[in-house]
Amino acid sequence: MIGVLAPLPVLLPLLGAAAALLVGRHSRLQRTVSIVVLTAVVAVSVALLLIADANGAAAVAVGDWPVPVAIMLVVDRLSALMLIVASTVGLGVLVFAVGQGTADGDDENTPLSIFHPTFLVLIAGVSYAFLAGDLFNLYVGFEVLLTSSYVLLTMGGSAPRIRAGITYVVVSLLSSLLFLASIGLVYAATGTVNLAQLAGRLGDLPAGTQLLLHSMLLIAFAIKAAVFPLSAWLPDSYPTAPAPVTAVFAGLLTKVGVYAIIRTQTLLFPDGALDDVLMWAALATMLIGILGAVAQGDIRRLLSFTLVSHIGYMVFGIALGSAAGLAGAIFYVVHHIAIQTTLFLVAGLIERRGGTMAVDRLGGLATASPLLAVLFFVPAMNLAGIPPFSGFIGKAGLLGAGIADGGWGAYVLVGGAVVTSLLTLVAMSRVWTRAFWRPPAQAPAADTAAAAARDAGPDDGPDEAPPGTDEPDDDTPDDETADVAEPAGGATSTTQARRTGRRGAWARHVAVATAAPEGGDGRPSGGDEDREPSLQPLPGVMTAATAVMVALTVGLTVIAGPLYGMTDRAARDLLDRTPYIEAVYGEEADR
Amino acid sequence: MTPTIVLPVVIGGLYAAGVYLLLDRSLTRVILGFLLLGNATNLLLLSSSGPAALAPVFGYAEEEQMSDPLPQALVLTAIVITFGVTAFLLAMVQRSWQLVRQEVIEVDEEDRRVATREGMDADDMDPDDLPTEDRPAGKGNTLPSDVDVEERLAQRYAGVPSDDIGLPPTRGGQS
Repeated sequence: MIGVLAPLPVLLPLLGAAAALLVGRHSRLQRTVSIVVLTAVVAVSVALLLIADANGAAAVAVGDWPVPVAIMLVVDRLSALMLIVASTVGLGVLVFAVGQGTADGDDENTPLSIFHPTFLVLIAGVSYAFLAGDLFNLYVGFEVLLTSSYVLLTMGGSAPRIRAGITYVVVSLLSSLLFLASIGLVYAATGTVNLAQLAGRLGDLPAGTQLLLHSMLLIAFAIKAAVFPLSAWLPDSYPTAPAPVTAVFAGLLTKVGVYAIIRTQTLLFPDGALDDVLMWAALATMLIGILGAVAQGDIRRLLSFTLVSHIGYMVFGIALGSAAGLAGAIFYVVHHIAIQTTLFLVAGLIERRGGTMAVDRLGGLATASPLLAVLFFVPAMNLAGIPPFSGFIGKAGLLGAGIADGGWGAYVLVGGAVVTSLLTLVAMSRVWTRAFWRPPAQAPAADTAAAAARDAGPDDGPDEAPPGTDEPDDDTPDDETADVAEPAGGATSTTQARRTGRRGAWARHVAVATAAPEGGDGRPSGGDEDREPSLQPLPGVMTAATAVMVALTVGLTVIAGPLYGMTDRAARDLLDRTPYIEAVYGEEADR
Repeated sequence: MTPTIVLPVVIGGLYAAGVYLLLDRSLTRVILGFLLLGNATNLLLLSSSGPAALAPVFGYAEEEQMSDPLPQALVLTAIVITFGVTAFLLAMVQRSWQLVRQEVIEVDEEDRRVATREGMDADDMDPDDLPTEDRPAGKGNTLPSDVDVEERLAQRYAGVPSDDIGLPPTRGGQS
């Protein structure tokens, strides 16, 4: 049974991606294909979780090769839990994206829609990373998800997206190369890359070699998980992508890194040699991330910083190394995937409704759209950890594990976690009071920046005059540049920008960059120039998808008891290590 | 069969050159640096199979004379991945050139914001002097300013040595 089910979370999205590419010209068919495929993946993941929770870990040797040679897919409680959360969140985001595509009506003017196939490949990569039973296939899973994330992040190829994309791609590549190099060294040292075999062999290596391999792997994964000081790339790259893309990145990609860190810390190097380092990294991640969030005036950037900050909670739980700490960390991963995705989806809705992402320009959303207010308020409070939401339960579990640990370092981290939680509340309530509660009259110069960005969008292309022809324009007096940036002159700014060649191009570029990029339709403005953002009603499908996601996050609170029980069992399995190893080797005996 | 010194030396040299190129602002050099790093890593993977030996083909060599085939399989996979991603990077660099006529890594968002902000310190403004729609509700620093961000950044980094000797300075620095 498990032999059939385990490869499906990888195979189904890949086949679905192929099918979605084949029917790329029929957008309705394509949407149906991807939604059906992802629903099937959710169903398979549920079955896998039920099986794994009932029977313990199981492994599948792909292609029936003998065990240490074969490519192993291992399903234990942790991977099954991650799979189900990932696929559910993926489905929610996909429905949101479908709603957005329908609302923007931008299906007609693209030759071939690549969003759906790429999204499915991303989900396949994420599933593969969760299932992989050896280091190299973990690397391949990472590469599959990263490569599709490169495409998703730079979709449409507008200037800010390319700029953000280059940072993202180069940093990701660097971490991948580091990972690959450490795989090479691990293989040279032990003669295997199979995780279960490594668990037995790594312990026999000299301490220095172990430390080197351990820290190389951790650095590679910490870049992907955005642990401070390796987190600076994240707030620069995520916010520029379309809303659904940012949402799925925020929810899933960093958590794959966290998952890999969990495996490294429990299965490969259980003696906790680097726990102290991880602890300080967790503290720095929490505090510096959240201070960044408090300083932000753009909702999406603010959310990106809270994302970095809350990674610290998970690393904290992992660094404690106790069953309680791991259980808390796993619960927090589940909670955080759902909550961060939901918040980014809500941010997408806010941008549609309010026309901008800048907190200082928004106002009166609570009266203008009470539904949106509720949709924002519930996950925001959940993120900040207000009881009775799941964020509170996760944080309480982690703090309890920290106190139970009893070391002074753990106490410092508990203090840091509380401060971070409070500052998250500050950041969230700032958005709430400004964007939702403030009367609209107090919000200045509503959406000129967004309007300028939208108007400028179509010209930001290859037809731009080369810089050499515009040299004289560089001498234009500064007041012209001032005009370009004048807040009230959205229309003027674009006409002038068109005229002033190089400098104007740059001003437009800045306008596009500083105004949060448009509601994520992937292409800089299709046929919606006449759209009046503040009058835009919320499209039904997008709102419904977001509402379902919010309901899911609340549902996590409702099922928190059984869920926490399961994460507890998963944590014990991880610390025990034998279920995983026996799953790999026992399979052979069974057959 | 003794291990060769050539591979470690080549790997180290490639890593050094790759890191050096990767630290450059020019995207072309970043790509070249990435290629060197990728090749260095592939060689590292290959060298993890131990000293050179005969090809791992049955009937061609005895089992104890064979080299380890697994790293070779890993290297092949890694080469394919590196190749694909490099192609994507090249496409992105080309797109960047199309859009803003430069192929350097641009000033990042946060620096850009901070630079804009300096010109508009809220303390220097009297809100009563501003037209109503420009009055800051929260703080002044999110108002658009008339600062040329690039020029300001160019000034700030004026003394910082750069490796981009052969390249024209980034936008705004020359005029």
